[in-house]
Amino acid sequence: MRAMVYRGPYKVRVEEKDIPKIEHPNDAIVRVSKGAICGSDLHLYHGMMPDTRVGMTFGHEFVGTVHEVGSSVRNVAVGDRVMVPFNIYCGSCYFCSRGLYSNCHNVNPNATAVGGIYGYSHTCGGYDGGQAEFVRVPFADVGPSKIPDWMDEEDAVLLTDACPTGYFGAQLGDIEAGDTVVVFGAGPVGLFAAKSSWLMGAGRVIVIDHLEYRLEKARTFAHAETYNFAEYDDIVVHLKKETDYLGADVVIDAVGAEADGNFLQHVTSSKFKLQGGSPIALNWAIDSVRKGGTVSVVGAYGPIFSAVKFGDAMNKGLTLRMNQCPVKRQWPRLFEHIQNGYLKPSDLVTHRIPLEHIAEGYHMFSAKLDNIIKPLVVAGQS
Amino acid sequence: MTETATPYISDKRTPKKSAEDLRAQIPGWGADLDPADRPSYPREQPGIETGAHWDFPERQPEKWPRERSVEHALLPPVFGTSTPPAGASGAIRRHAYKYSEGRAAHWLLLVAADRVDAWEHHLKSFAALRPDNPITETGVAAEFRRGGLSSRIGQKRADTDHQWIDPIIVGAPWVLGAAGLAAALKALGKHRTT
Repeated sequence: MRAMVYRGPYKVRVEEKDIPKIEHPNDAIVRVSKGAICGSDLHLYHGMMPDTRVGMTFGHEFVGTVHEVGSSVRNVAVGDRVMVPFNIYCGSCYFCSRGLYSNCHNVNPNATAVGGIYGYSHTCGGYDGGQAEFVRVPFADVGPSKIPDWMDEEDAVLLTDACPTGYFGAQLGDIEAGDTVVVFGAGPVGLFAAKSSWLMGAGRVIVIDHLEYRLEKARTFAHAETYNFAEYDDIVVHLKKETDYLGADVVIDAVGAEADGNFLQHVTSSKFKLQGGSPIALNWAIDSVRKGGTVSVVGAYGPIFSAVKFGDAMNKGLTLRMNQCPVKRQWPRLFEHIQNGYLKPSDLVTHRIPLEHIAEGYHMFSAKLDNIIKPLVVAGQS
Repeated sequence: MTETATPYISDKRTPKKSAEDLRAQIPGWGADLDPADRPSYPREQPGIETGAHWDFPERQPEKWPRERSVEHALLPPVFGTSTPPAGASGAIRRHAYKYSEGRAAHWLLLVAADRVDAWEHHLKSFAALRPDNPITETGVAAEFRRGGLSSRIGQKRADTDHQWIDPIIVGAPWVLGAAGLAAALKALGKHRTT
């Protein structure tokens, strides 16, 4: 089969690989029809995530058709069109049985602090991902779901991570009616978080980024007020002024490890890998939320230490809430929102990249060329 | 006279938009206002239906000694089988797994192993039919096909202050490697002629 493989920082290519095999009775092999590159894939691409090995196939957002199933699989069958959450989880451990699917303890030998994620380094379990023609899907009775007949396949891909993660980020904010919500990051997760904040009853939603075309999307897709932090000497002071010096009730960090806005922070983390992530957006979130407010973190950070302004968080009495999204828990409600016309996830798709051209796709996404917001990866096309 | 800003008094100065206005302007406004409609509320939901039909999953065969965190009591029953550790980078990785996730040594050794791994594979690729090609593998041609200049010039982007470092990170080791190889060949040539 054809598959994207990592060749070292900033380098990927497409190679012939063996089609994955059933390795456990509850495995399925899925033939991928559509995948995506996630902003968090860029942390791997840039070599920031410890234990990212040359030869690994990335990709944790994908949909496809069941090609083969293991002997104990009951809930999906060969030929079913399925959407697969980015979480790999057993459904039966201490954490899964409480709904914390992203914190599963039975799928990741390499680390106890994180569950299993497709194509996301050995730190997340050492599973190859879905930027390939085929992918192994463990616990096929637990993770994947059949794609409803009414659902567009591109909406389904966005529902495997970006859309539920943004929606989850808004939930972590514990938004109350009329709250002012600030979202750092106008990538797909930030845009979905902004849009979801209205669903939770926000009274005002403000999105911060430095890419004008993404801020334009925040205005049209998410009905948000927007500010380009590169235009302000100090975005925190500007946000204080915008909120009559109170600060926002809720701030969502939808940026994570490669935040811009401070040269030293960015370079020490993204370029020299001396921090688990550049905590610029997180520090701005801590500074711009009101005392007693809530900071929700859905941006991804690596496991190495980061220079976070924890003292301010403590002194302000903040509630910090965060996790990788337990995707499948979000699906029933998100399906309703899509059917009601409140959400159209595929509105964020800007590029459809053939698997064979994925190296250019990664570069484009990394360098933010061509007004890219969400690139899909289309398998089997030249 | 300027008004006293909100935090110095007990009520917000800025009046909120009414729920009716917001509902009229924003599709779906307030649909999840009741926390009971939020799927991750409460965060933990003991007994949630997952589709699992086992108490403890059957164990996947361990085809090589699988590296694992010392914070695990046992090898989890299911795991990824991509890219087993090999070579010098594999030795560093195996050593890294002797330290817990709480120790910086664990992560810093893994990051070091990643760099060694990349070089092992670059060198190995030169002895293979398909050597690494930094031009195609970086996808840098997108700079010409996808508006590299127009995406940056005239834009108020904060990332252009560090993007110049990327070609150095990618290219410098190749340039240094080529220079080292040229120096070695030159020295070898000199040695043969004397």
